Amino acid sequence: MNTTVVSDAVVADANTSASPLLVVEDLHTSFSIPRGEVKAVRGVSFELEQGKTLGVVGESGSGKTVLARSIMRLNLGNNVTTTGSAKFRGLSILDQPPKSMRQLWGNEMAMVFQDPMTALNPLVKIGRQVTEHVRHHLGISKKEARSLAVDLLNEVRIPEPESRLDSYPHELSGGMRQRICIAIALACEPTLLFADEPTTALDVTVQHQILNLLNREQETRDMAMVLVTHDLGVVAGRTDETMVMYAGNVVEKTSTHELFNNMQHPYTEALFRSIPKTSERSHTRLTAIAGRPPDLIDPPTGCSFSPRCPYVQPKCREEKPPLIPVNDGSHLSSCWFPVGTEENKAAFRKNVAEGLPQTLVVEEALAGGSSEGSES
Amino acid sequence: MLKMLAARFVRLIATLLAVSFLTFFLVNTLPGDPINALIPPDAQQDREFVEQLREEYGLNDPFIVRYGSWLGDAINGDLGRSVITDQLVTDEIKHRIPVTAELAVVSIGIALLLAIPLGVTAGYRQGSRVDQSISAMAQFLLSIPSFIVGLILIYFLSIRLRWLPATGWTRLTESVTGNIKSVIMPAISLALTEIAVYTRIVRSDMINTLKETYVLSAKSKGLKDRFILFRHALRPSSLTLTTIVGLNIAGLIGGTVVIEQLFALPGLGKRLLDAIFQRDFIMVQGVTVFMACVYVVINTLVDIFYMIIDPRIRRKS
Repeated sequence: MNTTVVSDAVVADANTSASPLLVVEDLHTSFSIPRGEVKAVRGVSFELEQGKTLGVVGESGSGKTVLARSIMRLNLGNNVTTTGSAKFRGLSILDQPPKSMRQLWGNEMAMVFQDPMTALNPLVKIGRQVTEHVRHHLGISKKEARSLAVDLLNEVRIPEPESRLDSYPHELSGGMRQRICIAIALACEPTLLFADEPTTALDVTVQHQILNLLNREQETRDMAMVLVTHDLGVVAGRTDETMVMYAGNVVEKTSTHELFNNMQHPYTEALFRSIPKTSERSHTRLTAIAGRPPDLIDPPTGCSFSPRCPYVQPKCREEKPPLIPVNDGSHLSSCWFPVGTEENKAAFRKNVAEGLPQTLVVEEALAGGSSEGSES
Repeated sequence: MLKMLAARFVRLIATLLAVSFLTFFLVNTLPGDPINALIPPDAQQDREFVEQLREEYGLNDPFIVRYGSWLGDAINGDLGRSVITDQLVTDEIKHRIPVTAELAVVSIGIALLLAIPLGVTAGYRQGSRVDQSISAMAQFLLSIPSFIVGLILIYFLSIRLRWLPATGWTRLTESVTGNIKSVIMPAISLALTEIAVYTRIVRSDMINTLKETYVLSAKSKGLKDRFILFRHALRPSSLTLTTIVGLNIAGLIGGTVVIEQLFALPGLGKRLLDAIFQRDFIMVQGVTVFMACVYVVINTLVDIFYMIIDPRIRRKS
């Protein structure tokens, strides 16, 4: 008994003293296009420990996919600039030549893409796609690769794996294909997995299976995972930490549990309100977020969510709120009028009185919900 | 797969029938009386003699009857005899097709061998200096007619350096080196335009393929760029190329007249041209139908090749 405690303490000590698996600091990524510079990621920092999961949540165009691809250095094209720092096992990724990146790709870090219909080569048999990189990285024989492929397909629960190896992607369903993609990503036993909207293109019935599969693999392999999604419901209960992104910025970041219980940022709240809930009556209207994400070539000067925020005040439009700790030190949020505070409520009342459209939408939804409740 | 091939075969036969009918019809509507090609002008005045010949050749029968009897013979492998030289049309074709076919295959082979790596490189490094020079070269090659290239080659390789014979043809069965020597210059003359066309096609298809997510996903697996280009991206980028090469082979079987003339090669195109000038309608008829058949057969082969390249097409049809 005593010895276990001691050894646990040693491991814990070693873990805390060693730097985290992935440390990202002030990462910026922009694309230069004829119209100007698209600032897709504008200063993102986070850390990820081995075996932990991070959810990155935001609408389309909030920069989450670009962020994942920037860290993996998979942004194609020579019009892309990434600055800041990303350290994987202490190795500065942004400074690595392509050759050493190829050593990391597939081997140490892998990615599962959004759409399994397009992520697999339609003209190449499943068997080769599952293990070609293993053969490349580890130099195993064709025969070994085949038996490894069978093992992997078994692991991701594909029935009759042996015969699937000679199939082409179009002969499989979407869920099956995503399982194949996961098998490909896991093949070299990476320590870091990026799952970029892995269930967005799939049927609802399959989404849970895929997410559970990812979770199980992540836990059994003690792999770190970054789960990118536009759906707060996907990260709930599945990630250790969640980072909410808007217009290339992190607007809120904390443990997933804390985020759901004590959300601070109006954008997080807006995302949360747009999830359908089973507890609500079947015809309850969802509150959509008014407007669209801002133009990233010329982002708003103040808070980038201000044009759509129901609590917006003059200060929000002028001054960009910093990402600062709230309550306990690990919960970060960037808002002048955080959700739940008195200032926030005052701002809301003021905007309702002024008839601000995005505020009225929210007010209507809240009032609608309660009046329906009183009727029944 | 077998069932599908059988269906293709039925369609192929139907197309061949339609093609032969149309060709027969077109050759028959050519101006001039074929009898005039047969006999000297003074004999043409002898109405009775002309009439007798027309009867003998079946020229007085209704069109459909003539087509029927021609088709019956054609199916039995008899395309008739030249009205000028009295050779069997099939013998002429057999004698000349190896020359034309070899020329077509060698020139397209050379073109593919150079165009695929050039096109892949240009597409991979789109916008770079390498791409710009390859594209400029393709543009340049496209703008020189093949007979000019032929003339330049003859001037340097035959007249100045005396490495290769300027004209004539040595059959493969006679001498292998002689055959190679006689095919080089005409094949290169034809290949240069093809290189330009193929390079541009491969380049543009490659650029599109490289935008696909599966290329990014292959990259994220840590595969080498060369492997991704040739083992992942080339196949999806070669469908247009297959179509064009198919059309080109078929076209070269009938259309290398200029080059065959320039290098005095005993090919099929040149024979057809001669037959047209001599109003040798049976020869024109036979050779044209043969070329049309080659077209149709090659197109079917291209369709089958599509299925080999893309498994999704196999399933659809």
